Amino acid sequence: MTTSAINNLINLLAKLPGLGPRSARRAVLTLIRRREVLLWPLAKALAEVAETVCTCKTCGNVDSCDPCYLCADQGRDQALICVVENVSDLWALERTRAYKGLYHVLGGTLSALDGITPEDLNIPHLVERAADPAVLEVILATSLTVDGQTTAHYITDKLHASCVKISGLAHGVPVGGELDYLDDGTLHAALKQRKPL
Amino acid sequence: MKWCDEGIVLSSRKHGETAAIVTLLTRSHGRHLGLVRGGSGRRARGLYQPGNCVYVTWHGRLPEHLGTFSCELESTVTSEVLHEPMRLAALCSACAILDASLPERENYVAIFEGIRLLIKALAHEEDLVWMTVYVKWEVGLLQELGFGLDLKACAATGVTKDLAFVSPKTGRAVSINAAKPYESKMLPLPAFLLPGGGMPARFDIVQGLRTTGYMLNKNVFYPSALGRTPDARARFMDRLKA
Repeated sequence: MTTSAINNLINLLAKLPGLGPRSARRAVLTLIRRREVLLWPLAKALAEVAETVCTCKTCGNVDSCDPCYLCADQGRDQALICVVENVSDLWALERTRAYKGLYHVLGGTLSALDGITPEDLNIPHLVERAADPAVLEVILATSLTVDGQTTAHYITDKLHASCVKISGLAHGVPVGGELDYLDDGTLHAALKQRKPL
Repeated sequence: MKWCDEGIVLSSRKHGETAAIVTLLTRSHGRHLGLVRGGSGRRARGLYQPGNCVYVTWHGRLPEHLGTFSCELESTVTSEVLHEPMRLAALCSACAILDASLPERENYVAIFEGIRLLIKALAHEEDLVWMTVYVKWEVGLLQELGFGLDLKACAATGVTKDLAFVSPKTGRAVSINAAKPYESKMLPLPAFLLPGGGMPARFDIVQGLRTTGYMLNKNVFYPSALGRTPDARARFMDRLKA
């Protein structure tokens, strides 16, 4: 391995989120030192991912097969579709193990500033999926930001024609949260969405 | 250099991993951009939502530098309108219009006061009231930008009664009789925009927005780099018409 090859690897690693040139250099040195345990397995894993990973045509998730393992799983509730902005949101929901339905990844949110219009998002396919009589509920799990909620309202309008129930995630006090430390917006949302005990 | 001011968040764009470039409309420094370190991180993201009112401190070595903002929340409207599609669309539209139409670092106190009033109305008023405020806010914005509507008298005959149209060329009011030969080309002038016009119906609001939208597009957006009305305003209009 030449110096230029190492530099090339450092430059590539430094482009990853959370890494800069300094941490990339440390990572590369560790990889070189632990060639058999880390470097070769990592190289093989990277090559495998690069060759096999694709986007699921049904839900927009990334997996090594199409349809993805979530869409192919007949044990999941086929009547529920949870709409998320990105694959990372899908992974976050899967980590909770609280949801057993299907997903739909939009690929972002409507944003006037970034010029993201409805045509740039995976919304027409969602409307098609929601028109399936087997689907009974669509859960809109977009962020509680102006862009996220604008997207949710837009999707609600688009799904109005299909007779599915449309719901959104609750917003308010997080588990373990103390009121004194919460911001005004969260407290406002929590008060607005209070429920009888 | 350093200054402190009141500001309203117009937009926020991610910069790098956790920083953001935030656009504020400030009371004394106009539309001003600044870097916020950690502005797109988990903790601060909620603060930089469009429509939030903040106390801002700007630091920069030279006045022409981008500089950095540090902000403290004064009041938030976002959480009050997030679950109301129409109000949220109006807020997005107002912020997008200001972001696209105002020059940087030019002081517009009247526009700042206007958007504060609109935000207050969006948070607390009934539908028809805030919609009226919104249309009048756009009329005021046109005025401040130098393309104000002249609704005092008919441009053709000088009469002050029966004003029902606006000339798309001059932005002046036209009476029903004078507009007859060109009625199809005229823009509507709903009565609530005239002194003592009373409360409008939803249809009048749409008509008012059609007129202000045309004038904004022709005079402000079309000649600008954007070249068209911001999508957020078009979506607000679609929602109102539906």
